[in-house]
Amino acid sequence: MSLDKVKHIVLVLSGKGGVGKSSVTTQLALSLSLAGHSVGILDIDLTGPSIPRLFGIESSRVQQAPGGWVPVPVHSASPEAGIGALSCMSLGFLLRERGDAVVWRGPKKTAMVRQFLSDVLWGEIDYLLIDTPPGTSDEHISLAETLLKTAYPGQVAGAVVVTTPQAVATADVKKELNFCKKTGIYVIGVVENMSGFVCPNCSECTDIFSRGGGEAMAIEFEVGFLGRIPIDPQFVMLLEAGRTPVYPVGTVINGENFGPRESGDASTSASTKDPETLANKYRECSLSRFFGDITQKVIGVAEARSTEAQKA
Amino acid sequence: MPSLEEPQESGTNQLVAPEPEHCPGPESQQAGQGDACQTCPNKEICASAPKGPDLDIPAITERLSDVKHKILVLSGKGGVGKSTLTGLLAHAFANNPDSTVGVLDLDLTGPSMPKMMGVESETIHISSAGWSPVYVLDNLSLMSIQFMLPSRDDAIIWRGAKKNGLIKQFLRDVDWGDLDFLLCDTPPGTSDEHLSVVQLLKESGIDGAVVVTTPQEVALLDVRREIQFCMKTGIKILGLVENMSGFVCPNCTFESQIFQATTGGGRALAKEMGIPFLGSVPLDPRIGMACDYGESFFDSFADSPACKALKCVVRGLASQLKLDNEQVIPDEEP
Repeated sequence: MSLDKVKHIVLVLSGKGGVGKSSVTTQLALSLSLAGHSVGILDIDLTGPSIPRLFGIESSRVQQAPGGWVPVPVHSASPEAGIGALSCMSLGFLLRERGDAVVWRGPKKTAMVRQFLSDVLWGEIDYLLIDTPPGTSDEHISLAETLLKTAYPGQVAGAVVVTTPQAVATADVKKELNFCKKTGIYVIGVVENMSGFVCPNCSECTDIFSRGGGEAMAIEFEVGFLGRIPIDPQFVMLLEAGRTPVYPVGTVINGENFGPRESGDASTSASTKDPETLANKYRECSLSRFFGDITQKVIGVAEARSTEAQKA
Repeated sequence: MPSLEEPQESGTNQLVAPEPEHCPGPESQQAGQGDACQTCPNKEICASAPKGPDLDIPAITERLSDVKHKILVLSGKGGVGKSTLTGLLAHAFANNPDSTVGVLDLDLTGPSMPKMMGVESETIHISSAGWSPVYVLDNLSLMSIQFMLPSRDDAIIWRGAKKNGLIKQFLRDVDWGDLDFLLCDTPPGTSDEHLSVVQLLKESGIDGAVVVTTPQEVALLDVRREIQFCMKTGIKILGLVENMSGFVCPNCTFESQIFQATTGGGRALAKEMGIPFLGSVPLDPRIGMACDYGESFFDSFADSPACKALKCVVRGLASQLKLDNEQVIPDEEP
């Protein structure tokens, strides 16, 4: 079984589409990697795989090796810098053309999810993050069933549930929380994404999609609340164009100065394609600070649940 | 209220176990004969079931014969505003008191329409004529799985086959009456719900699909897949709408591109794919608020830029449907 040497499995779920499951998965992976852990990402959104695009590795293809598929590497480990290896697997890597539609009914999706869980050669990794499509249907049932059958006790740390603050989104995400309850998936906590947007011109914060809905939902369902993530167009540009985030002078987030450090710095980092790895560029992004905290909480829960299972 | 537990299938086979891997599909010509069928408990049922087009299609065609225009709202990507746009289109069409509008919410695992239309707590009733939809306005009715749930936050944990059964019932059994427009809101992706609705409505005729996207490439990528799906299945694309394009700060009126269109956005995609571009709708926090409170954004903020952009979209759509603009949105300045 390809998951044998995976220490912790974390699912990223949401009942609602477009709330940022893939971008939360991406940032969790980058943060875990920057914290020195080796990470794999499995994208089981079969009809809308976004992970290859977010990591800028759309043209990569999966290699077939004896015993299974080799996931696509994003960057290798560099122990001296304290960075862990990162690799991904997605249906996007198996398509002939990047815009190819996958028009599959349930049974075929189920077969693919099972194959993804059994045939990918992850090797020894600390964290496997599983990015999912919206909803509570074939992919989710197959995922829950397979993990229930094959994962060893304590291996599945649980689910990070992503929502946006508005009531229309939390209404769907509440259904996902009930799905977790019914299938026995532990909820690590809720991330409230797109919570507020700071105008880059006047630094006034507008709650485009309202505010606080995720936290209220976490309280109502008695699950953890991992944090609130604002909208940062610099992060979108980092993923879309590979541009290192540059903030206007005087940008202070959580007491840390994010403005350009020195006069020469801004001009070099403003070039659209620099050779720096995505992980290093992400350090410059304001959101990395928010995710640093979230990542610590996820690590805490994952390790606690794994030791607890070993004791039992 | 109709039951969710046992969607009764008339005319087709009732499977006794979930479909196995590599199932050729219970309705396909190879049903019961494929390699995967040999060990499947459903083998006998599938093999003996009548083959060919679904037997309920004539009933569906009959039921929807009084519906003038059937429009799908699609997007490969989630959270781009399919339901919001469906709701806005419905209210826009229903603004004309002479038009009757129906909305069918096909997103079974994440139904949003009832909340957006402020009728979340309603239930549906069955009469001899069929399932009666919930009336939001005198000339605007809605059907959604949300009305059938015992409690508001219940999850629908269904595999494809069960979802297809309910979609068929929605199309066959809902008593819409005469409708000028039937808008079908769909879940993201290109899977069971989409295939089913397209196959079941083939005979009755779908006018076409409105495809929704947001400007950034990550969304366009999935929307490209949906457009391909439409082309493969022969659904006419009435147009592409770009939602969430640009946000104007209410404090300083500076416009930010939150979801940057690094590859040209919806307009470029429409051009690339050779489909009409219906317009861009800016981000406006009040649209989200109106949705949360189940109000019609159209009525509450008629003068906002987003509303003007939406009217433009409705007019573009009307001309694609070869309708008289005056009848769709009366008394409008150009």
